[in-house]
Amino acid sequence: MAFALTPERDREVDELLTHYPNKRAALIPVLWICQRQNGWVSPEVIDFVATRLDLSTAIVKGVVTFYTMFFQHPVGSHVIWVCRTLSCDLRGAKAIQEHLEEKLGCHAGGTSKDGKFTLLKAECLAACGQAPMVQIDDDYHENLTLEKLDRILESYRAGA
Amino acid sequence: MSDDQKPILTARYGVANATDLEVAEKHGAYRAARKALLSMQPEAIREEVKKASIRGRGGAGFPAGVKWGFLAPKEGERVYLVINGDESEPGTFKDRTIMNKDPHRLIEGILIACYAIGAHACYIYVRGELAHSIKSLDAALAQARAKGYVGEKPFGKPYPIEIYTHTGAGAYICGEETALLNSLEGRRGEPRLKPPFPAIKGAFGQPTIVNNVETIAAVPDVVEMGGESWCNLSRLAPADGGIRLYGISGHVKRPGVYEAPVGITMRELIYDYGGGMLHDDRPLKGVIPGGSSTPVLRPDLKIDAKKADHPLHKWHGMSEIDVPMGVDTYRALGTMLGTCCAIVMDTSVNMVEACRNLMRFYKHESCGQCTPCREGSGWLVDTLTEICEGRGKPEDVHRLVEISNNMMGNTICAFADGTAMPMLGFVQKFREEFVAAVEKGRPLEVRHDDSTIALVRGRAA
Repeated sequence: MAFALTPERDREVDELLTHYPNKRAALIPVLWICQRQNGWVSPEVIDFVATRLDLSTAIVKGVVTFYTMFFQHPVGSHVIWVCRTLSCDLRGAKAIQEHLEEKLGCHAGGTSKDGKFTLLKAECLAACGQAPMVQIDDDYHENLTLEKLDRILESYRAGA
Repeated sequence: MSDDQKPILTARYGVANATDLEVAEKHGAYRAARKALLSMQPEAIREEVKKASIRGRGGAGFPAGVKWGFLAPKEGERVYLVINGDESEPGTFKDRTIMNKDPHRLIEGILIACYAIGAHACYIYVRGELAHSIKSLDAALAQARAKGYVGEKPFGKPYPIEIYTHTGAGAYICGEETALLNSLEGRRGEPRLKPPFPAIKGAFGQPTIVNNVETIAAVPDVVEMGGESWCNLSRLAPADGGIRLYGISGHVKRPGVYEAPVGITMRELIYDYGGGMLHDDRPLKGVIPGGSSTPVLRPDLKIDAKKADHPLHKWHGMSEIDVPMGVDTYRALGTMLGTCCAIVMDTSVNMVEACRNLMRFYKHESCGQCTPCREGSGWLVDTLTEICEGRGKPEDVHRLVEISNNMMGNTICAFADGTAMPMLGFVQKFREEFVAAVEKGRPLEVRHDDSTIALVRGRAA
C-alpha cells in the first residue's frame, strides 16, 4: 500500500523545506519524519519521499542505506542500542549486552519474540563518561548496572 | 583542582533551568552578542578571535581565527556558518554537555560568529542519536526567535541571522567537515576532494565555515573578556589559548567532563580531575589522550628530548603523561590532542583486545569510497581477530604495520590516517603484547571489563 504522511507531519515537511536553498537538503530530516510515523523506511516510504522531494528512488535509497539509524526492515516497538565501543567496553558493556540477550531471548541484531524490543549493537554514542550505557528509542540510559537495566526494561514493558 | 579559576565555559552548567532563556540571560547570556552586534565591527571581532588563539576543538586543532580568514566571498555569494555537532569520536562526550546544559551559549556564539564572518544563515549539524540535544537546541532557538535575538533584527541590529538544526542519522564520518556538508545537502556522508576547501566552496557550493560546537561556544567569552585575556587563561598561551573541556572515561573514579585551562597534564586530568584510578591495586597501563584516533600514551615511557632545541626539552626524562596537553606539545610527543577526551586503561586491559575494539569501530564507520581505507580497516580487524582468537602468525604483527602504512595519506580524507595512527601507536608502544599474543597460539582469555564487571553485575549477579 502506498505510504503517505499525516497532514500534520506533511506540514512539518513544508516547514522544513523553507530551511534550505533546495529540496534535496531536506532528505534526511524528511526520512526521519517518515520513519517516526512508519517505524521503518519501507520501499513505499522511499517512493513517497522521492516523489515529495523530486528525487529518484535510487538517490533516496542510496542515502537510506548509508546511515545506520534508518531501519530497512521492520523493528520492535522499542529499539535498544548497546554501545560496545572501548570506553563502554572497559566499564562492562559486554555484560550489559549478554544480559539483554538473555532477558530478551534474542541476539544483537534480532527482535524479542513478543515484538517489543529490537536489540542492536552501537558504535560510540558519545556518553563515554557515563559508561556503560544503552540508548532506547530517543533516550539515553547511563551508568548502568544489571539491576538498573532490569528496572528500565520493566518500565518499557509496562509502558508499551 | 590545581587552578582556582572560576568556571567560564561551564559557568551555567550548575544553574537550574539554564536552558531557559530568561534564566540564562540572568546569568550573563547574550551580553557579549549584544555588545558585538551593536558596538563592534566584524573585523574587530575577527581580530579578537585571532588573538584568542582558539585551536579548533573538534580534533584537528586548527586556529579558528585563521580559518575564518580563509573566507573570500565573491560578489553574490552567500556565506554559511555550519556547526559541527556530530560528536562521535570514541571517548568524546563534551559537546553534548554544551548542547544539553547551556544551548544559549552556543546560539550566542553563533550570532557573534555569523556577524563576524558575514553569514546570515547557520546550520547546527547534530548527530541523530543525540535526540535530546536537538530538542534542547530547538527549544532554545524558539525562545531566542521569540525574543527577536534570532531573526530579522537581532538586538535591533538590521543584520538578519537565521539558525537551523539539522539532524544526522548515524555515521561517524559525518564529523569530517566535507562529509558533513554532503550530509547537510541530503547526500551520503562521503568526504569531498579538497581543494576546493569549504571556505571557498562549501555548503550548497557557497563559502562556508565549519566550526566545532565548543569552538563557537568559546566565542562569547572571547568577546566579553577580550581575545588576549581569554588566551592568557591557558598555560600554553599564546600559541594555544584559553580554557577548554576535558573529558575522561574508562578506569577512573570520576569519569566526566571538566573545564580547565589549556595545558594541564594528563597526570592532573587522571589523578586530580578524574579522581585517580578506579582500583587502587590496578595502576595506569595506557591512556588514549584525545579520542580513539590519537596514538596511545604509556606512563612508564620517558620523554627523550636531550637537545635544547627539542620542543619537549623542558620535559626531558619525565613521563609521557607529564607533558602539558596542547595541540603542539602533543604533536611533538608523536600523538595528537584531538578532542581532549581521554580513555584510561588499567593493567587489566589487554592492548590487543582494546585495539581490536577500536579497529572494529573504524571498519564499521569507513564510508567506503577509498579502497585503502575500506579494505585496510577490514584487514586490520581480520588480522587482529586472528591474533585474539589464537590463530595469529609471527608475521601478523608486521602485517598490521604494513597495512597501516599503506592506508596513511592514500585517501580522500583523514579517516584512514585516524585509523592507521592509533593502530601503529598500539604496536609501537605495546609490541611485546602483540608478539606474546601471536606466540601464545590460543585465544586471549580477557574481557575489557575485567576490572569493572563486578560493579555492573552488582547484586543482580
